[in-house]
Amino acid sequence: MKDWRYWLAEQRGTLLALGIFIVMFVIYTSNHPAGFTANVVQTAANKGVLLAFVAIAQTLVVITAGIDLSVGMIFLLTNCLASWLVVGTPIQTALGVLAVLAVGLLCGAINGAVVIYGRLQPIVATIATGAVYYGIGLLLRPFPGGSVNEDLADALTGRVFGVVPASLVVLLAVVLVIWVPFSRSVLGRAAYAAGSSETAAYMSGVPIRRGKFAAYALAGLLASIGGLFLTFFTYTGEAAYASGNAYTLFSIAAVVLGGVSLFGGKGSAIGAIFGALAFRTIGDLLFVFDFDPLWQPLFQGIILLVAVSLGAFALFRVRNRLEWFL
Amino acid sequence: MSETTLGGIAGRMPKFIRRADPAVLTAFACIVVLLLLGSLYSRSFLSPEYLLQQLKVAAFLGVIATGMMLVILLGQIDLSVPWSVAAGAMMACAAAAYGPAGVALAIPFGIFCGVLIGIVNGIGVAYLRIPSMIITLATNAVAQGLMVVYTGGFSPQDSATGAMRYLATGFTIPGVPNAVIIWALIGAAMVFVLTRTGFGRTVYGIGNRERAAYLSGVDTRRVVMIAFAVSGGLSAFGGVLLAGYASKAAQSMGDAYLLPSIAAVVLGGTSILGGRGSYLGTVAGVILITLLQSILSVMQMPEAGRQIIYGVVIVAMLLLYGRAPASR
Repeated sequence: MKDWRYWLAEQRGTLLALGIFIVMFVIYTSNHPAGFTANVVQTAANKGVLLAFVAIAQTLVVITAGIDLSVGMIFLLTNCLASWLVVGTPIQTALGVLAVLAVGLLCGAINGAVVIYGRLQPIVATIATGAVYYGIGLLLRPFPGGSVNEDLADALTGRVFGVVPASLVVLLAVVLVIWVPFSRSVLGRAAYAAGSSETAAYMSGVPIRRGKFAAYALAGLLASIGGLFLTFFTYTGEAAYASGNAYTLFSIAAVVLGGVSLFGGKGSAIGAIFGALAFRTIGDLLFVFDFDPLWQPLFQGIILLVAVSLGAFALFRVRNRLEWFL
Repeated sequence: MSETTLGGIAGRMPKFIRRADPAVLTAFACIVVLLLLGSLYSRSFLSPEYLLQQLKVAAFLGVIATGMMLVILLGQIDLSVPWSVAAGAMMACAAAAYGPAGVALAIPFGIFCGVLIGIVNGIGVAYLRIPSMIITLATNAVAQGLMVVYTGGFSPQDSATGAMRYLATGFTIPGVPNAVIIWALIGAAMVFVLTRTGFGRTVYGIGNRERAAYLSGVDTRRVVMIAFAVSGGLSAFGGVLLAGYASKAAQSMGDAYLLPSIAAVVLGGTSILGGRGSYLGTVAGVILITLLQSILSVMQMPEAGRQIIYGVVIVAMLLLYGRAPASR
């Protein structure tokens, strides 16, 4: 095979997600009463970017064949924390942002330590740590409230040069600063290798433990960037259990739509970002078609169910029935 | 590592202790410690009334955890518990609004809805080979969506039938709440199925290695699907009982049962990887969790503190005896 065909095979999931997103977004804007304007794009971008950050976080962990059911709760916790810390003078604000990011990284590192060095199953371990993070968030904000540095918030949720949504620029920066170096580093390759075959990677002397640990820790960091942005959009902190659960759930949906294999070792954060944007756009389609908002949870659930069922088509390619049982 | 040292000590102990699972013993030891701690706080902790009341509250979790255990024994997990519980409760109450026939069929209809959710899970896991935690999250979302559409986002106005209230709060045998009797019956049935039937042995077999079970000529996919259907049905039945207890269904009534039901099973020594565990352990886990909740609420611990203590206790207990073998 030629080089470009390898590249195409590797990026198929990402390109599919991009395709779904473009089709959905065209349907969305062409039926939107305001049409394709900078305002519509900005609102859509701001909503989509929140989920995109959480989806990148989930991708990092899913690549190692794990799962992080606490991303939504880290997202909530950092939202509550940011509503206390990201205020005041520019220097105080900057320190507050750093503190929030550090807490996110710490939460991710705790998950990583419990799963990798404690050798617990990611599902149960992250459900339990998620409960702890939610509890801390609730301690910080028993009732919705707080505030945020509005200048910073408006700058990051507004538009650059009056056209490009600033949140998209930040998303791009995060991808370039965190995802691209990580996925090309030794640790990133180790995370992929651990996901595709842990035994083989271990036998080859790949630093799987450090790779997986880095993935979990960075996932916490990404979730906290999402939490910061939630604070910038809402100007408040709120520990809403349902919202944290919804973000965890939607992050899994976005990852699946974005072509990241839940069995690990395959996919990229770029795909997950388009998956997240596509998922959000599909959810918003209901509004432009004037459906009752009550139908939204059902609609999103069905999309999720269909998205995860699509993976089952791979079964038709299986020749040996024993391959069914991993 | 810990098993060999424990084995050395256990060699000198009576046979019935030697044969018991160290995890189950730990769980029962924790129950005793919790009761002692509680009795230091208030004398009434060791009174029969209080203990019976705790058993009654534990029965709801016990019914739900029974289904969860069956699924965990397969090496799978059922994250659709929250809205299976709520759907069971809401649909049972809804059926009660349709005249005498509805009232008579309320409980079976609620359970039936849970079984339907479980069958969707089972088809996804067994036949489409979707990871169980993903498909059950998805069906949970769909069930939530259906219930939100049905109720309009509010708690439904229909109330529980007399039969539901009788099952949850009544007394058939003086002094023993019906809920406890129901839990005992379901538990006995579960023990029988797990230890005395081919189905039960197959569940353990699949949990250990599905390939081997399949090659032994067992229709493993059917067994997995039945297990998920039973889990959904038991969750919904738990919801029916809860609705009877509170006399109505509520939107997020099931959210408080997902983590405890998994925790109860895992704390009772059932391996989260499947294939190993006893129902006695689950009983211990359920009582342990219920006592922990009760003590925290008696101490007037706010919700935030409860969540933190929960999470920490579960991680700590898992680190004690739930670790996977090292990759060496």
